[in-house]
Amino acid sequence: MARRVAVVGTGQTYHKSHRPDVTSREMIHEAVTAALADAELTIREIDAIVIGNMDHFESINYVDTYSVEGSGGVMKPIMKVSTGGTTGATVAIAAYYHVASGLFDRVLAIGFEKNSESDTTGAIITCSDPVWDRFSYSGAIPSLATEATAYMEKYGATQEDAALIGERDRNHAMNNPYAHLRRPFTVADIMNSPMLAYPIKLGDICPRSDGACACILAADGVAQKIAPKPAWFKAAAVRHTYTWFGDSTDYNKGLVSMQRASKDAYAQAGITSPVDEIDVAELYLPYTWAGLKWIEDLGFCGPGEAPKFVAEKNTHMGGKLPVNPSGGVISTNCIGATALLRVAEAAIQVMGKGGARQVPDVRNALATGFGGCFWTDVVILSSEKP
Amino acid sequence: MDNAAIVGVAQTKYERRKKDQIFADLVFDVTRAALDDAGLGIDDIDSVVTVSNDFFDGRTISGMAVGDACGGQDKNISTVSGDGTFGAFYGLMRVLSGYKATIVVAHCKGSEGSLPLATNGMFDPIFQRHLGIDAISSAAIQANVYLTRYGIREEDIAQVSVKNHGNARRNPFAQLPMEITVADVMKSRKIAEPLKLLDCCPISDGAAAIIIAGEEVVARCKTKPAWIKGVAHCSEDYLLGDRDLANPVALRDAARRAYKMAGIRNPLAEIDVAEVLEPFSYMEPLWLEGLDICEPGKGFRMIDEGVTVMGGKLPVNPSGGALSANPVLVAGLARLIEASLQVRGDAGARQIKGAGTALAHGFNGPCGQSHCVWIVGGNR
Amino acid sequence: MTEWLKDVEPLTLKGQIAVPYTWWAGETGSRFLVSIRDKRKILGTKCKECGKVFVPPRKNCGRCFTNMEEWVEIADEGVIKAHTIVHYAHPLQPVGPPFAYALIRLDGADVDFLHLIKKDLDKIRNGLRVKAIFSEQRTGHILDIDSFELI
Repeated sequence: MARRVAVVGTGQTYHKSHRPDVTSREMIHEAVTAALADAELTIREIDAIVIGNMDHFESINYVDTYSVEGSGGVMKPIMKVSTGGTTGATVAIAAYYHVASGLFDRVLAIGFEKNSESDTTGAIITCSDPVWDRFSYSGAIPSLATEATAYMEKYGATQEDAALIGERDRNHAMNNPYAHLRRPFTVADIMNSPMLAYPIKLGDICPRSDGACACILAADGVAQKIAPKPAWFKAAAVRHTYTWFGDSTDYNKGLVSMQRASKDAYAQAGITSPVDEIDVAELYLPYTWAGLKWIEDLGFCGPGEAPKFVAEKNTHMGGKLPVNPSGGVISTNCIGATALLRVAEAAIQVMGKGGARQVPDVRNALATGFGGCFWTDVVILSSEKP
Repeated sequence: MDNAAIVGVAQTKYERRKKDQIFADLVFDVTRAALDDAGLGIDDIDSVVTVSNDFFDGRTISGMAVGDACGGQDKNISTVSGDGTFGAFYGLMRVLSGYKATIVVAHCKGSEGSLPLATNGMFDPIFQRHLGIDAISSAAIQANVYLTRYGIREEDIAQVSVKNHGNARRNPFAQLPMEITVADVMKSRKIAEPLKLLDCCPISDGAAAIIIAGEEVVARCKTKPAWIKGVAHCSEDYLLGDRDLANPVALRDAARRAYKMAGIRNPLAEIDVAEVLEPFSYMEPLWLEGLDICEPGKGFRMIDEGVTVMGGKLPVNPSGGALSANPVLVAGLARLIEASLQVRGDAGARQIKGAGTALAHGFNGPCGQSHCVWIVGGNR
Repeated sequence: MTEWLKDVEPLTLKGQIAVPYTWWAGETGSRFLVSIRDKRKILGTKCKECGKVFVPPRKNCGRCFTNMEEWVEIADEGVIKAHTIVHYAHPLQPVGPPFAYALIRLDGADVDFLHLIKKDLDKIRNGLRVKAIFSEQRTGHILDIDSFELI
C-alpha cells in the first residue's frame, strides 16, 4: 500500500513576459529557493528531484542535467518527465510516486518555461505528427477554436458567456502578486479585442509568460513535522487518451480525457458530489471557453449548464466553488510550470497561505493539467490525511 | 527490497535504419512481445511509462507518438525524457505505490535525426553550445583526461571494443556483431582523439519494453521473475570544467545506494554479470571504477586479467553493449533487459552460467553526468 | 510481413525543427560577455561559502546553493587540463576540422573553461600554457574569444 504524501511547501517566481535578468537555470533557482524557504528546509534535506518543461521552447536537451546548479540536483537523484502542457502536473504526480513508493521522503518537483526565448506557436506546431499533421496543423489556437464552435453550436453559448470566464480570472489575478497579467479586464474588453480564430479573440487566450514553480512533497510522518497544515494527496489521475488530434475531435462526447481522469480522481478521493465536496479548483484553462465546457466534464454542473452556472457567480471568489483564485492560465502561462502552478495554488489554498486570494476554510482543492493531444491530469489535495 | 520484479521483456533487433516501421509500429511490437513473454494481456497492465526525447525524435511531446501503441488508452501514463533505466525506475515507483503492473517502453531512431546536432543541445546555450561541442567531442575530452591520468594506452581501451563486438556475435538483437582486433580499432578512422571510429557506438534504430509487476501479478506470470533488489540514481555538476571527468562520483553514489538496498557488500564477488552503458570504449572501464568493481585507474586491466570477458569472474556486456547497438535511451533499457534475461537464465548463447545477481546501468547527460544503477536477482 | 507490403516503397519526409531561439544571457552572463566584448577581460564569480572561483560565472553555487555576488577578474592565460583534436565535421562547429577543444584552468579560477584551440595541434599536450586570442569584431558572444593559443 502506498504511503500517504503531502505538499509541504511551494515557491514560484514573479511571472512576466520577459525575464532578461536570468537564464532558465537561474530562474529555476529562484523558485526552488522560494519553496525551500516556504517549507523551512535546506537543499541538503531534499532526497530527490523531478523536473520538466518543453524541450523545444528553450531548445535545451536534457534539462534535468542542464539545471542541476539551479535545481539543487548536484549529487542528488534527478529525473525529467515531459508531457506537453500537462508537464507540470505529471511532474507533481511523478514526485508523488517518488514519495508514495517509500523510496524517498522529501522530493522537489520543478516546472519552468521561458516562452520569451522562442516562438511559442512555432514550437507547439512541432508537437504534431511530422508525416501527417505538421504540414496542416496550425497550433493551439485554431484547434481550441473548433472545440469552442462545437460547444456554441450544441448549447447556444455566446461569446459573452466565454468572456465572463476571462473577466473572472483576470480579476482574480488582481489578488495574486505573482500573476503575469494584473490589470482589470472586462467582458467588453475581451469582446473588443482582435479576433484570432473565430470565436477566439486575443482576450480569450492565455499569455506567454516566463516563470518557474517548485513544490516540495513529503511522506506521512515527515510532512507533519515540516508543515503545520500539509496538503495531502487524495487523488492523482492521468488520462493521456489520444495519439492523434483527429481522434479527439468528437466534441459531442465532451473532453473525454477530463471526464475519465476526474472520474478516477473522485473515486480515489471518495468524492460523490464534486460541487459540494470540492471547495476550490485551480484549472488549467488555456482559453476562456474551457472554463465553460470543461467544468461540465469535471461534473461541476450538467452538460450545457456552464454558462448559467458561471453567470450566477458560483465560480467567482465567494461563490459555491471558486475557480482559479490565482487568476489561472488566462493571467499567467509559463507552460512547463503552468500545471504545477495549479497544484501549488491548490496546495496554497489547503495550507491557508493564499493571502488576498485565499478561499476560506478549504478542505478539498482540485487542480488540473491540460495539454498534449487533449490530455488531462487531475490532482485532489486535502487538509485531511486520507 | 524484493517486492517487485521484471516479469516480461522485449527488444527489436537493433539496426542502422528501420525503413518500414514508424515509432508506433516498433513500440507496438515490443509491447505485444513483452506481454507474451510475461504471459499477460494488456488489461493486466494498469500503468504505462514511455521513454523518449523531443530532440532525438524531432517532435515536441515525443511521447504522443506511442501512447496508443503501448496500450496507454485510458490508463495512467507518463513520459520520462531520459535514459530507459530512469524510465524503468519511474515504472517501479508506480508499482511500489500500488499499481499492479507497469509497462515501460522506449523508442529511438538515430537514423531520422542528427546526433551531433541533438547532443549539441545538451550544452549550455550561452557559454558552450556555440563552440560546436557535442556528445562525441565531449566524450573524447573525458577519454583524454582518463587516459592521461592513469597512463592508459589507446590499445587498452580498444580491447573493450574488441570484446564487446565479439560478444555481440552471440546476441541476435545486436546491430554490429564483429570479429575485430585491437589493430583494427587502432587503424580505424580518427574521430576525436583519442577516440577512433571503432571506439564509438553506431547510430541505431530500435525499441524495447519491460513489464514491472508487484507480487500479485508476479505470481500469475509464466516467466521466471527478475526480482528488483536495488536501484538508485544520482547526478553531478553540469559544466564539464566543474567536474573531475576521470572520477565518476555520481555513479559511485548511485551504485553504493543501490548496493546497500540490495545488501551487496563486495560487488566484484557478489555480482555475476554486468551490463553497463558504454557508447564509447573507454566508458566501460571508467564506469567499472565508479561502480566500485575495481579501484580507480584499474578498470582498463579487467580484460587482460580475464575478469570482464565471457567466462571471467564478472563478465561485462555479454550482449555486446552500446558499442554494438546504441539506440539512445533504449540502450539503457536494453541493459536492464539483458540483466533480467541473465538472472532468468534466458539469455541464450550469451547466457552466463548460473548468473544469480546482475547489474544494469544507464546514464543521462554529457560524459555520464547522471547515472542510474540497477541490481536484479533470480531469487527473492 | 504480409504479401502486399512487399510492394511498398518506404518513403521519408524531410523536416527540421526550425524554431528561432533568443536565449537571455541574464545579468550574470551578460556582465561576463560585455566584459570580454568591451574590455577583453575574463570575469568569474566567487562563492562566499566554499571560496571557489567559477568561470564562466554563475549566479549561484550549485553545491553550496547560495547566490554569488563577488566578481573576480580572471587571467586570460592558463593551463590545458584536457583536450581532444576533432577530425569530424558538423554544421554547428565554428571552424572546420581538425581543431581542438580544451578544458583550460585559467589563472585565478577553480574550475576549467571550455574553449577552442585552432593552431599548433600537433604540439598540444595537457599541462601546456595557453593564452586567449580575442576576436577583432566582438559582439558580446562566447566567440569574442576566438580561441586559445599555445604560449
